[in-house]
This record gives sequence, structure tokens and C-alpha cells, in this order.
Amino acid sequence: MIYQGKQKIWSDYQKEIPDDHYFYVRSCIRQNLFPASEKTFLDITRNKLGKDFFETEHHTTCGGIAYHCDTIPQETSMTIIARQFALMHKYGYENYVCSCITSFGLYTETLETWHEFPELEAKIKDNLWKTCKLEFAKPKYLAHASDIIYKYRNLIAAQAKYKLINKKTGQPLRVVEHIGCHYGKMFPSKSVGGAEYPYVLAGMIEAWGGEVIDYPERRHCCGYGFRQYHIRSNRGYSLSNTHKKFESMEPYKPDMIITNCPGCPYFLDRWQYVISEMEGKTYGENGHGIPVFTYEEVAGLVMGYNPWDLGLQMHQVGVEPLLEKIGIPYDPKEKYKGPGGKDIGRPELPTCGCL
Amino acid sequence: MGKLYDKLTEDYRIKEGLKACINCGTCTAICPAAEFYKYDPRKIVDIVQSKDDHEIENLLKSEQIWYCGECMSCLTRCPRKNAPGLVIMALRNLSMELGYFVESEKGRQQYALAKIISGNILNYGYCVYARTLKAKDHPEAGPLWEWIEQNMDDVYERNGANLEGEGPGALRRIPQEDLDQLKKIFDHTGATARIEAINRYSMEKAREMGLTPDEYFHHVFNNTEKEHLNQ
Ligand code: SF4
Ligand code: SF4
Repeated sequence: MIYQGKQKIWSDYQKEIPDDHYFYVRSCIRQNLFPASEKTFLDITRNKLGKDFFETEHHTTCGGIAYHCDTIPQETSMTIIARQFALMHKYGYENYVCSCITSFGLYTETLETWHEFPELEAKIKDNLWKTCKLEFAKPKYLAHASDIIYKYRNLIAAQAKYKLINKKTGQPLRVVEHIGCHYGKMFPSKSVGGAEYPYVLAGMIEAWGGEVIDYPERRHCCGYGFRQYHIRSNRGYSLSNTHKKFESMEPYKPDMIITNCPGCPYFLDRWQYVISEMEGKTYGENGHGIPVFTYEEVAGLVMGYNPWDLGLQMHQVGVEPLLEKIGIPYDPKEKYKGPGGKDIGRPELPTCGCL
Repeated sequence: MGKLYDKLTEDYRIKEGLKACINCGTCTAICPAAEFYKYDPRKIVDIVQSKDDHEIENLLKSEQIWYCGECMSCLTRCPRKNAPGLVIMALRNLSMELGYFVESEKGRQQYALAKIISGNILNYGYCVYARTLKAKDHPEAGPLWEWIEQNMDDVYERNGANLEGEGPGALRRIPQEDLDQLKKIFDHTGATARIEAINRYSMEKAREMGLTPDEYFHHVFNNTEKEHLNQ
């Protein structure tokens, strides 16, 4: 087959993704902000698709946020990473999958740097032994958790109860995908589709019936910027970047946004809330925001999971208009319930009341 | 060749991220920080490759090196495969080592970052940790986070997490033996020394500014006085 244009570029970046047997490592941000997404990932891969994804409680942060806030030296982050890889080896795995783009970028950077500077690798190996008495090892394959869902996208489609299609009009939903900078911008060959046309989310959207929107600021950063968010007085940087993206995507009328990185959905969700509070402006239909999802949440939705088991109540922008568009049933009374239906009140409505 | 330049070249991020820069400005064109702040990665890379110690010292004491968001969008686009974002990381590293970071308002923020992020790693094993995310510090998190903060155990249980629980799962309690290993890694690889240096230089600066440690923390976390924006 002769590929041309985007197809050609995609065919150049066909990352090898093993089918099974992974050592699974969590994301700090996803655990805190979208914990049900990780639960869904493990439920789909293990229980729905029968794959082996092993997790140990002994793994920790990769140190990535501290590294990119410049509060720990490179040698520290590399030794923490060596410890994670050593745990993988200890438990008998050689395929490593992480649930975080910052981690994925940092693991890739670390492996590349070790490859280029063997003396540094030797030093880290020595650090690891001296501090943890663990045997140094490197993964045979490194994947981001979205690579796995991408790999299984057709298996998921085969079990799907819903499609990313507007039930009323029969038209595909218009979907914005946001990749997260550290997935492919640093080492394009390590991502599905490269930096220019990353296909990891686009492939899911197409397999599940939606239509991918191309818009001018599609590849612009969400604005996290590490220190530019964690320090309160810097957050204008973060907000401005998200604002720029929403202004750019608005004319294309997206129905929803799917994100790759754990942090991006938070920023794209919460800065919509802030923009609506500050300026009274919303970007979705009928005065609503545009709902923002993790890829695990979207996989769960098409497979027919209860939206509140997927953690969609932990979003500020309401997801209900999108559920109605697809025709996914939900119980509004259940949304903010605690475990076992316990009444734990509900968040106050935003001033703007429309999110 | 200057001493500061020599120090910088010891950093693997300079070895990786700085080949000959042709001053094309592509990095500045793509850079989200350059759009928002008075910031020009092209100039910074050019100063470093000039090897001029006086200029490099000014850079290490400047606001500029703290404007980058480390998104690495520049790396994709640079025709010479430089990585201005990595060059920035090496500059920040040296600025902290030499105590120059307290000379700039944005640099002084490292005190709060080290306390929050490195603190979370050592105490909990996570960079970010729900128990330390306070709605009052995160108004952008909306009324939703206030509700989550007030009902934290129930919300996380409902969402399938294992907050402070035994065994695997989201937000599990990371066993003490593993936290001890992280502490050993910090001690052995310079992260503890980094925290101590940041604290020492910051407390000197706090005294100079007439602020207690707490006041200094709140000051660097909440206030920006100088005009940083690229209007
Ligand atoms: S894009 Fe690369 S070559 Fe061009 S100015 Fe920036 S660092 Fe230099
Ligand atoms: S890494 Fe820094 S210099 Fe490079 S594009 Fe991002 S913000 Fe700009």
C-alpha cells in the first residue's frame, strides 16, 4: 500500500506495543484528580480483555513534577526511575507501562541519556545499589497507558454498547484530542504517530465512531508549565494557554475533548470554569462548557460503564449534555453520592450555573 | 571560556540540549512562555553559547530563566535539535547551586516549590497528594474541590481509590520501607543538599526582606510584584 500525506507520516511512526504482560505504574496527578480512570484502565485490560497488568504498592512517584519544577536534580529523578525499573524486573516483567505523560517523557529522556552516556548509566546503577540494594534493569518496552488503549481500540469497539455518534442526528461527534507535550514532542519516534500527527487518541476516536477536529492550536500546550501552575501567582500563564486553545477550537464546535496526559484534562476543565466566572464566557452549546475526558473515561463510556463509576462527577464542566447526545443513561440523583449511596451533599453550583 | 560556562557543560542537559544554535528564533516563535512573558529562548541559548561569564551570571540572577514551562515544544521545532528547555533546566540548576536564584522574584518561588513538591515526595511518595491540596490555595479547582476536600474519604472510596490504604491502588499508603529508600536516594543524589541550599539562601533573603519563614513562603507563593508579562 502506498501511503501519502498524514497517512505516510503515521506509517513512519508505528510504535511497537506488546500485546500483554505489563508492569503498571500509576500517575500522581491521575490518582489524585481522576482515580476512577486508573481503576477503569485496570478493569478493562484485566477483566474485560483478560490481559495481565501487574501493580505493586511499592512503586512511587517518578519524581517528574519535582524534576520539572527544578526542585530535584537530574541524578535524583534518574535514580528514582531506576528503582521503578528495578521493581519491574524484580516482579518478573519486562514491559513497563505508566499512566502519566510527564513520566513517559522522563522515562524516555532517561533511557535515551543513559544510552548516549554509558558512564551516567553506570553511576545510576551504582546509586541504585547503594541506596536500595536493588538490581539495575531496563524495560524491554516502554508504553504510555494510552498506547495500550490505542492498541486495544478495536477490541474495545467490538465490546462497545455506544458509539461516539449523536443519537439524534446520526452524525459522528466532533472530538478535539489533546495529546500533552511530553508524549511526542521530545522523542517523536517513541509515540504513536509522531509529534506532528500523533495518532494515539485520533485512532481511538475513529475506532469508536467519532470525528477528529483539526484546529489551529491543536498542538499548543495546555499551559501546565509545572512551576507556572504550582505557584499561585504564576497561574495566569496556565490560564492564558488554555484560553488560547479554546478560542482557537471554538469555531469548530467540538462536542467533547479527549486528553492523553493526566494534568491536561484538569486544566482544560477547570480553566473553562475560571473563564466562565471571570468573563461569563462558555465554549460549548447552550451556555455549557465543553466536557473534557480522559481516554479511559471515554473507553468506559463506549463500553457502557455507569458514568458515576467512571468518576465523571470529579469534573467541574458537566458531562450530562454529552451523555444525552450519545444516549447514555444516567441517574442524576446518584451523581454525588458517596460509597454505597451515602449522602455526602453536593458541590455548590458555580456562580455562572451553566457548567 | 568562562568558569560558569564550564560548570554548565557538566550538566547532561547541556550536553544533550545545546549544539551550535543558528539564532533562527524558531524556538521563540513556538514557545508558549515567550507569548506570555518577556521571554526569548533564542537569546538565552545564544548567551550560553557565547560562553561569556558576565552575561551568564546575569542570566542566572535574572527573572527570565524562570519563565519557561518546560513543555519542550521547542525541541520538536529546532532545526539544529537544540533543546532550549533543557538549557533552561541546567541554568536553573546552577542558579540554585550558587544561590543566585534569590536575586529574582520568580527564582525565589523555588522555596515554596521545594517545600510543596519535594515535601510531598518525602512524606507520602507522591509529587502531588490530595491531603495537601487545599481549596483555599486552589480557587481555580472550583466549588467541586471544596466538596471533595470536605468529603475526601468518601469521594475517593466512591471513585475506586485506596486512599491511605494497604496494598496497591490509587493513593495507597506507600510503605515506610519505600519512603526510606526515597530518602536515601535524596541524600545520595543531591536532592537533600538541594533542599538545604534552597532553604539556606531563602532564609538569608527572608531576613534581608524582614520576613519570617512563613511570611516569606506566603509572599513567594502568592505575590508577583514586578511586571513580567509580555503585553
Ligand atoms: S530554534 Fe534552535 S537554532 Fe533556532 S534559535 Fe532556537 S535554539 Fe537556536
Ligand atoms: S520548553 Fe520552555 S523554552 Fe521551550 S517552548 Fe516550552 S516554555 Fe518555551
